[in-house]
Amino acid sequence: MTASGSEPSQTPLASAAPAPKPAAKPAAKPAAKPLPEPVFNQRAGRLIRDTRYWPTELWKDPWASQSYRRGAAWLAGIILGIFATGWAVGELAPWGDRIYEAIVSFVSARGWPAVVGEAIWIVIKALIVLHVILINGLWAIWWERKISAHIQSRVGPTYAGGFHGWAQTILDGIKLLLKEDVTPTAADKWVHALAPAIVVVPVIIAFAPVSFGVELSAANLDVGVLYIFALAGISVIGIVMAGWASGNKYSLLGGLRASAQLVSYELPRAFSVVPVLMFAGSLNLQIIAQAQSGYWWGVVPRWFLFYPVVGQVAFAIFLIASIAETNRTPFDIPEAESELVSGFHTEYSGMKWSIFFLAEYGYVLLASFLLAAFFLGGGAAPLPWLSAIPSWIWMLSKALFMMFVFLWVRWTFPRFRADQLMDFNWKFLLPWSFANIALAGAYLLWI
Amino acid sequence: MSNDTALAAQEPKTLKTDTLFVNLGPQHPSTHGVLRVGLTIDGEMITKAVPDIGYLHRGTQKLAEVRGYHHCVVLTDRWDYVSAMPNNLVFCLAAEKLMGLKVPPRADALRVVMCELNRLASHLLFFGTYGIDIGAFTPFLYAFREREMILDLFEMVCGARLTYNYIRLGGVMVDVTPEWLAKTKEFLDYFKPRLDEYDTLLSFNPIFMARTQEVGLISAEKAVNWGLSGPNLRGSGVNYDVRKNDPYSGYEHYDFDVPLGKTGSCWDRYYCRVQEMRQSVRILEQALAMLPHGEVSATGVAKVPKPPSGESYAHVEGSRGDLGIFLVSDGQASPYRMHVKAPSFLNLAILQEILVGNKVSDVIAILGSVDIVLGEVDR
Repeated sequence: MTASGSEPSQTPLASAAPAPKPAAKPAAKPAAKPLPEPVFNQRAGRLIRDTRYWPTELWKDPWASQSYRRGAAWLAGIILGIFATGWAVGELAPWGDRIYEAIVSFVSARGWPAVVGEAIWIVIKALIVLHVILINGLWAIWWERKISAHIQSRVGPTYAGGFHGWAQTILDGIKLLLKEDVTPTAADKWVHALAPAIVVVPVIIAFAPVSFGVELSAANLDVGVLYIFALAGISVIGIVMAGWASGNKYSLLGGLRASAQLVSYELPRAFSVVPVLMFAGSLNLQIIAQAQSGYWWGVVPRWFLFYPVVGQVAFAIFLIASIAETNRTPFDIPEAESELVSGFHTEYSGMKWSIFFLAEYGYVLLASFLLAAFFLGGGAAPLPWLSAIPSWIWMLSKALFMMFVFLWVRWTFPRFRADQLMDFNWKFLLPWSFANIALAGAYLLWI
Repeated sequence: MSNDTALAAQEPKTLKTDTLFVNLGPQHPSTHGVLRVGLTIDGEMITKAVPDIGYLHRGTQKLAEVRGYHHCVVLTDRWDYVSAMPNNLVFCLAAEKLMGLKVPPRADALRVVMCELNRLASHLLFFGTYGIDIGAFTPFLYAFREREMILDLFEMVCGARLTYNYIRLGGVMVDVTPEWLAKTKEFLDYFKPRLDEYDTLLSFNPIFMARTQEVGLISAEKAVNWGLSGPNLRGSGVNYDVRKNDPYSGYEHYDFDVPLGKTGSCWDRYYCRVQEMRQSVRILEQALAMLPHGEVSATGVAKVPKPPSGESYAHVEGSRGDLGIFLVSDGQASPYRMHVKAPSFLNLAILQEILVGNKVSDVIAILGSVDIVLGEVDR
């Protein structure tokens, strides 16, 4: 078998051997000859190029790379897909009404009192809003990591979940759940455990009157704006508690700084909205959004942002104060990493620590929705011919854009010093917000 | 009425405050190593600051007394591990003085190229970490992107990324290849526009300037009295650069300026370094353009050098200042005594004076602007 098998195979080899051999020899020689390859590590005796790229090689023309073009196509497809889905689903408020009617008929068919139906409906609404906050935490952390990575010429999470590391936050969340919950011996145990709850509960409750589109909010409160600002002020107590109870000097400093900063920045934040309330004539977020519907000359939307001077000043002050309220760079002195080693949440671990993060991103989302409702017309389409797309898509897009601004600012600016921060607040933001109120009054009187 | 005055008299008692002692380091993200500063703070104000060093002491000066001259070059890498080339160079200069070795011109030019590349790498690290100290995270990664390229260049030429051992007695370890030179030119072309980017991103950012321009002022007189050197001294406006005042390795052939600060603030020290990066690029371009041909190592360097009895002192402008070495030989195979005049150690001393009266945030700004490397402080 072997002899017979080798015989025929040898003959073609023998006949072919003279032909390829001269061809193979010159091919083998150059491989051995040029020792110094383009980028050759003389000592290690290996090529660096194979594993490491220089920015000069990669960034000459990004559109030339196929993955870049594919990524752009994916991004455009996702955005168009979301808009198309929104257009297919339509307004969400009628769907809510249908569910409400179904619950009412279900309850009345069984002869239960009508209060039961109301209670079920409230619980459903509360659960939906709660999940908006929770999913926002997952989404915002992933998004922040991706955006910060691309701002800093990195790529960010890539592996978890396959597609651009979409599952990274989910896995991080599981990790945080499994981590040991450490309470320092020097800590005041009850206050230490209670602080994250006091930080996160107000932000969840504060979402009740937030409008997610036309007629789309958990509770249509007439004092919505006041209610949100009142609740947002409670979280600072939790932060001071966290700083105090940790039994750590850096945390204490962080808590003290937080109390001074957050209480101060609430003032310009509230006063900057007063012109908006004067124009809209209401504290109800739905009515504020409605007051901005319509277009000047059929093109420019009647958003408060486009009211000359008054709108822009109010927008800038509210944006700056909102960044300060959410403890983000350039106003992150309570948790300054390089100075206070994370400040008030240094001594927190596992789920308690992540609850602080959940609250932070909850506040970012809240501020984004408020910015969209106060200044960007709520659910109104930016151009008249786009009004076929429902309001909740517009609200979401505007809020996400404002969220992007939050992230963008964070990864661009250095940090203020505590006293400069206070100067900026009391000597600049607050006087200008007062001046802006006067200007808004002048508008209303004479224009 | 009388009640009110009685209350007012009691008030100082009820408002009694106390100072707080805070350990800044050795485990702290902004001490750039294992420095400990004992801070006594009154609210946010510093009333007393005591730098505490010695956490990274490895006894290299004593170790040199039992090692051969060739083997001592390895020790020098470990002082200022962020810029090891000038450390190599200063030891070799001192030892060559003892032995009377003449270094070939190509080796001299390569030494200058390597030292300036390393100065770029070191200042880039400073630029990035100083941004983090002030709270801007993004410049750090921009700086590291460029620093990685320099480290790649070093790896190409000597195989190491941090502790090079490239500059040897009598010359350099190995000649560079034409490919390396092309790659270095590619890097320089890429790097020059980045410096303008850094200025717009960080140097002239209003928040950054507000944080650093009025802080950590060191007058020229005080800087000289405390023995500062390098960019810390030049930030105070004192024109002293070893490359100009006492040229070595052919620095007198290159055309470059010595950037000076005005007030001696943190920002001046910072910007001195940023401008020094521009000057380093200038030196590099000249050095690469007129790189002489020939040998890269002197002939007749003994395998076990036994220089004649005597002493020598050599100093270079390292990335952190005037780095000097005092070598004493008794004719044996290892130095009788080696002493390092480490700029970081001297720059550190002034902290205890300039930190007092500042705020906690400023401590980080000042500490970062002095740019110490603890490996060099403790040796």
